[in-house]
Amino acid sequence: MSVLIRTENLVTRFGDVLIHDKLNFTIKEGEIFGLLGGSGAGKSTLMRQMIMLEQFAGGNLHVLGKPIRGISVKSAQSLRLQWGVLFQFGALFSSLSVLENVVVPLKEYTNLDKEQMHSIAKAKLRMVGLPDRVVQLNPSELSGGMKKRVALARALVMDPKLLFLDEPTSGLDPASARAFDRLIVELKHMFGLTIVIVTHDLDTIKNALDRFIILYDKKILIEGSMEDVKSMNHPALDHFFTSN
Amino acid sequence: MLSKKALLQIISQNSASVELHCSGAWNHDTIDEAKKQLLSLNKNSNLSNILFDFTGAEVFDSAGMLLIVETINKNVARGVAVTFINMLPVHQRMLVFYRKHYVSSNNAHNVEVPNFFERIGKTVYDSLNNFNAFIEFIGQSVWHLLLMFRFPSRFRFDALVKHLHSSGFQAIPIIGVTSFLVGLVVAYQGSMQLQKFGANIFIVEMVSISVFRELAPMITAIVVAGRSASAYTAQIGTMKITEEIDAMRTLGFHPFDFLVLPRMLALMLAMPLIVFLADIVGVFGGMLVAKMQLGLSFAEFIGRLHTEVELKNIIIGLAKAPLFGLLIAAIGCFRGFQVTGSTDSIGTQTTVSVVNAIFWVIAINAIISVMLTELGV
Repeated sequence: MSVLIRTENLVTRFGDVLIHDKLNFTIKEGEIFGLLGGSGAGKSTLMRQMIMLEQFAGGNLHVLGKPIRGISVKSAQSLRLQWGVLFQFGALFSSLSVLENVVVPLKEYTNLDKEQMHSIAKAKLRMVGLPDRVVQLNPSELSGGMKKRVALARALVMDPKLLFLDEPTSGLDPASARAFDRLIVELKHMFGLTIVIVTHDLDTIKNALDRFIILYDKKILIEGSMEDVKSMNHPALDHFFTSN
Repeated sequence: MLSKKALLQIISQNSASVELHCSGAWNHDTIDEAKKQLLSLNKNSNLSNILFDFTGAEVFDSAGMLLIVETINKNVARGVAVTFINMLPVHQRMLVFYRKHYVSSNNAHNVEVPNFFERIGKTVYDSLNNFNAFIEFIGQSVWHLLLMFRFPSRFRFDALVKHLHSSGFQAIPIIGVTSFLVGLVVAYQGSMQLQKFGANIFIVEMVSISVFRELAPMITAIVVAGRSASAYTAQIGTMKITEEIDAMRTLGFHPFDFLVLPRMLALMLAMPLIVFLADIVGVFGGMLVAKMQLGLSFAEFIGRLHTEVELKNIIIGLAKAPLFGLLIAAIGCFRGFQVTGSTDSIGTQTTVSVVNAIFWVIAINAIISVMLTELGV
């Protein structure tokens, strides 16, 4: 299995505050990888650095074989076309309808005809469990959970290799959250997707993740699977895995 | 991989059955030709059997797989037997998955475009509703103002000071410059005409009466509308979307006390003060032109101002100012509360708020001007 994302002594600072102190870990192709840690540990920041929304102070980060530090505009753009991102609150374009939100990347980057684009977008919307009646609605008319599903459909519409999910199950009811876990596992098997998730949801961690890192005190406390965690003893782990 | 085309070869064909061989990469940028071939196949009405052979088909993306799904569905629907062989297990799972989620484009949702009369009706109806809502808003403001007189502790003094500073004090430089330039331009154009009649001295009445009565209050109101009506709408609209206003209500803080009244009172207080400043600067602009173009000294100008220009001109101008202030703040806040749902709506309402505020300032100024002239004031 090839390595899709690799960090090399990654250092992050906000002003004088050190957030990440030389992180080293790898994310392999075809795995569901979790970025875990308490609030303020810098999980989301780490994800935002991978998708080039935030800078890092030191070290380097390789995504799909390309070093992010000093990346050229052209390769940055080609990277962006190979991943999909689901933001915590969906980040749907409020001036576009649900269908248009999902179609937008297709319109911009393919020359399919309108019918094909719509059928792809509608299939993706069904895939994430949305009823057909929502396609013409505006994002402001949707519930929080529905917005997330639309955003997931938008993230998937270009058939990305790599999917980034920022707290995908927060704000969903338990049944929808578990359905979401099943969906991402299904997507992984079906399309060979590699999925990077920032999450707090213990059930997602147990059901969906193959491997994860836990950020603690600016460093990586552990990189591994649930099995590895069970054999390890650390007060921070108890706190993390028992407080729901 | 991406350069490969989606290949569709017809292996054998007789009148009733056809065998197709699909190979290559079936991606959104490679399926154009295969699509055309499949479409022509769908039109062949004699067909009763289709066999897809997927030996050598390497990759499918959603567009490619949906093309296959569409072909299968269309043919199955018209009674053609479709079979496929040699498909990779991963592609089979994809096929099943997409068949489950396929939506035929026939049941596409059509958005109805309203006709001309429907649109007129809707616009009129919406405007009336809007007007009613605005009247209600004014009523609520007055009611809360009265409550505030009854219970002075409800008054938010620090909010008032904050808005006096941001909407009043900080507007001084731009309003000063604008009025100076307007005074200058009026005097300049006027002096050209007056010179022709040798009536140079009348530049004093011309500049000062028009600045005092009309120009200073209007310029001030227009600049304040542009600065503050937009700011008020955006501030209140954002608070509405982020549910801050709901949070205030549940904590028992009434948004009118906290948001609307301080803004209204701030503009009503600040406007006359700024207009007075604009009067001085505007007339000063006129004085400069009078001196340069007509050779009228400052002393002569001010002397004639004392004797010929009545105080009532200044008072009328200053009296209009709080009214404009109230109007601008009311429209700005009202539009803020009209924001619903999405961030998009903040932009729309802010535009409407500035346009409405400027329009009503000009319209009301015109009405007052005509009324006072007819009354002989």
